[in-house]
Parts: sequence; structure tokens; C-alpha cells
Amino acid sequence: MANLREVAVVGIGHTKFGNLDKTNIELFSEAAMDAINESNLKPKDIQALYFGNVLGTHEEGQLGMAAFAAADIGIPYIPTTRIEGICASATVAIREAFIWVASGFYDIVLAGGTEKATVMGTSYATRTFMMGSDSRYECPAGITFPGVFAMMTYLYSKKYGIPLDVLKDQMHAVPIKNHANGKLNPKAHLQSSIRDIMEKQKAKAKEKGKPVPTWNNEMDFLHDLSANMMVAEPLQLYDCCPFSDGAAALVIVPLEIAKKLTDKPVIIAGVGQCSAGPIHNQKDISRVISREFSAKQAYDMAGLTPQDIDVCELHDCFSIAEIVATEGLGFFDFGKGAEAVAKGETKIGGKIAINPSGGLKSKGHPIGATGASQAYEIAKQLRGECGPRQVEGAKVGMTDTLGGDLCTVANIIFKRGW
Amino acid sequence: MEYKLTYNKYTEALKEGKFLGLKCNQCGAYTVPPKKVCMECSSEDMEVVELSGKGKLQTFTVLRVPPEGFEAPYIVAMVETKEGPWVTGNLVGVDPDKATMNLMGREVKVGAKAVPGDKFSGGDMMALTFSLVG
Repeated sequence: MANLREVAVVGIGHTKFGNLDKTNIELFSEAAMDAINESNLKPKDIQALYFGNVLGTHEEGQLGMAAFAAADIGIPYIPTTRIEGICASATVAIREAFIWVASGFYDIVLAGGTEKATVMGTSYATRTFMMGSDSRYECPAGITFPGVFAMMTYLYSKKYGIPLDVLKDQMHAVPIKNHANGKLNPKAHLQSSIRDIMEKQKAKAKEKGKPVPTWNNEMDFLHDLSANMMVAEPLQLYDCCPFSDGAAALVIVPLEIAKKLTDKPVIIAGVGQCSAGPIHNQKDISRVISREFSAKQAYDMAGLTPQDIDVCELHDCFSIAEIVATEGLGFFDFGKGAEAVAKGETKIGGKIAINPSGGLKSKGHPIGATGASQAYEIAKQLRGECGPRQVEGAKVGMTDTLGGDLCTVANIIFKRGW
Repeated sequence: MEYKLTYNKYTEALKEGKFLGLKCNQCGAYTVPPKKVCMECSSEDMEVVELSGKGKLQTFTVLRVPPEGFEAPYIVAMVETKEGPWVTGNLVGVDPDKATMNLMGREVKVGAKAVPGDKFSGGDMMALTFSLVG
């Protein structure tokens, strides 16, 4: 590899995630200005923008959003590039920004993303998200993202000989953990534990004079098809992340400049990215090959191994997706990820903290912004600013973002620069 | 070199009951759905052939929350064709409410059905269908 400069994140910004009454650009501008202000820079210092957004055309009828976003923060006359890597867009954008700064072409670059998915409603959003599958050879069958991960679940169950009912209970541990973490994240879309949600539904039934459900615990609640509807068998509602609105952004500069701007520069130690074809070409999707290649690039570049990672924000778009990701990133052996989450090994304070932010499941998944949101959380964790969800002593963190039906994965490894 | 088996040619053949693919003259591997080059060795030296339509169901799901334009429930499945490649389509002739993991590994016959297009699809579409054999 060419001689690359060391590169660091000096400022970060993140809107509240949820069902929000702001435009894509308004959301991005809030996150971007927070990141720029935290960097002790001005918008005019920014030399280029790498901007993640997926469905702006369908949400607001907007193309060219990167240009308008730059104009909204007072820098219309810079090069702006919209990155579309489906749900991995923002991580791809951060990697692009990293490469241009590391190579010496730019010094100060803004990267991030925005999305406003809730405006589409479930039926239309499901149709537009489906555009991430092969439109010619798969969409005619009515495939959806939950459907792809449902097919992954059956393959996983059969391949590793884990009976479906056992696997499903292990999978339920994912939303229970991620909602418990997300409850501690003021930016989260669904800032409640599964138990909170369960108790709220009981109270609502009581208030309306309806029979009060007899759930004793979260597992009872998650087993109940009337509370946890089937979406794509065997995946139920709480196996799936929500459609969300929100934005996140970071300022990326060479480490030598970073040291002048902040006491706590977060170094980008390694990056990786890999594509894959449609799922029919990937065949056995219980392993995500694009992730294995991408993660290896990031580990090799950083000179680190999975054992070195203290905290990871990974792509839990579905419960099985988190399990498969913990294996593909090398934290657990293949076929052992489900057991690991059920045993609590991925909780804050466990063997490795996975998704302390609440993950896509609880924090929310505004697809064009998700990778930048993950990077935001890792930067906060390394800087020790996460309060009750802080992973004690976290020095090295990783993000993992997956696009479409496993056709794009990008990874970034961050470490303390102080 | 011209694209040998285009989407249009492939779907027109499906409408006539023919399941076409590409056979590589260099390595012998089959490619379906069509691509510009052989899925295994990247050679452009392929010929269009009619496939057996036989395969084995590898995985599936019952869709309960459909995208706009589709009516649930229906079954989406991935099938490994006898010639090697996997394809995605709809399992038909099976009650979605009775679909279990026992379907995995079952022999199927590949067919096709017309699917009405929407404003994004660029016209009407063809989906593969899979019917259980035996």
C-alpha cells in the first residue's frame, strides 16, 4: 500500500433518531455543524463532503442532496459526493473520506449521512428497501430484507444443527440486550427495554378494560405472536430493526492537524470494504463472505486481531444478522454466535461489548446515516463519554455496516490517539 | 462482445416454458440467472443452453409483511439447480401456513410466472416458481 498519512476523527455529531419532523438536509446540517463546532473548525475549513443517503428520491423527491447539504451549512462551492451503498452508505462515505485524507489529497473532510425513512410508511418503504435486492432476478418473487435474513436463519439452524426453537430463544437475546443498551442512549429511536415495552402494553390493556396479557417475562412476551407478530418466518417484529429518521457526521483530518484541534483525536487505524453479488450467487448465506474479506482488510491494516477489539457497533438489522456478524468478524467461532449472545457474552462488561448504543434494533436505522452513527458511538466510547452505557477502558473499537442483501460490507477500526 | 443471454431473452424464454442458462466452453460450469461472463472462471466463451429445471430447495421464508404490490402470505425460496447455480423464486403449491423446515432439501421442478410490474420495475416481470416433486 502507498504511504498513507495517519488520520483521525476530531469532531462528531448525531441527531436524535426516531420519527422526526425535519427534512433530510435539516437533520444532516444539525449533525454536521455539531461535528464542525466540536472540531474547533468553521464550515469554510471543510474541503470536501462525502455524504451517505439512500432513498432521498423516494422520501422527498430529492437528487443531488449532497450539494444542497453543503450549501445549507454555508459551503456551496466545494466538491460533494453522494455515496449510495444501501444500508452501508455512511461507512463507505467515511472510508472514502479516510482514503482522500490519508493519501494527502485533502486535509479536512466532512463525512456522514442522513435518512428520513419513516415518511414512506411500511408498505412503500418495504418496496423501496427491496430495491437493494436484484431487481431483475429476485424482486419479482417479492423478496424483502426480512425475508433474506429469514432464509439465513433457516440455513443457520440446519447447518449448525441448532433446533429452530432453541435458536429462536437465543436470537431473542439480541433485542433484549440491545433494547437494554438503547434505554441508556438518549439519541435512541426506541429508548425502552423490552420489559418496559411489555409493561406498557399490559398497562394499556388494563386502561382500555381489555384482558391483561399474562406475560411473566420478556421471553413470554417475545414468544407471543399477538405481541410479536410474524414478519418473515421465522423472523418476528422484535427480530427486526425499525425504519428511522436521523443523521450523523464526523470531521476527518490528518493526525498531525488533529493533535492541534483536540486532546482526544480518535485514530482510524484500519478500513475495509467488500462487495458481493446477489444472494443466489452467494449461495449459503449463513456466512457473509463480503464481511470476511472486508474485516480482514481492516484488521490487517490496523495490525490488530478480533481479540484486540474492546467494543463493536455492528449491523444488527435483524437478530440473526447480529449473531452472524459476531462470527464473521472473528469474535466467536462459526455456529457459536447464537449461544454467545444468549449467555450474555456480548453485553456491556461481557467478553466483547456489542452494540452498546442499542444497535440498529433500539437506536434505530436511518439507513444513509447508520455507519456514521456507529462511528459516533465508537468515538464516544473511546473518549469515555458514554455515561451508564460506557464500556470501561475501551481503547480499540470497530464498526461493521452491511448493505442490501449482504452485497456491501464496510468496516472501520478506531483507536485512541492519546 | 455482445451480451449473450439478456434479461429480455431469458424472460421471453421463461414465458415459453424454457429455463435457459449459460454453459461455459472453458470450464464447463453453468451460469444462471445470466451474466456477461462465467460465474466460475470469468470466461466470455459461453453458450446458451436449456437447463433441466431440476433442483433442491435449500432455504425459504413465508413472507407475512409484503412490499407494496404483493399480497401475503407467500413463500420465497432459494433452490440449488441440478447444474449447480442457486436461483431465487416462489415455492408454489404449498400452503404457507404449513411450511416448515422439512421443506429444506426437497426436490423441486423450476417453472415461471408473470408478475405485474409497478412504476419502478420497468415493465412486467417474470418470477421463477418451484413445485415440489414426489
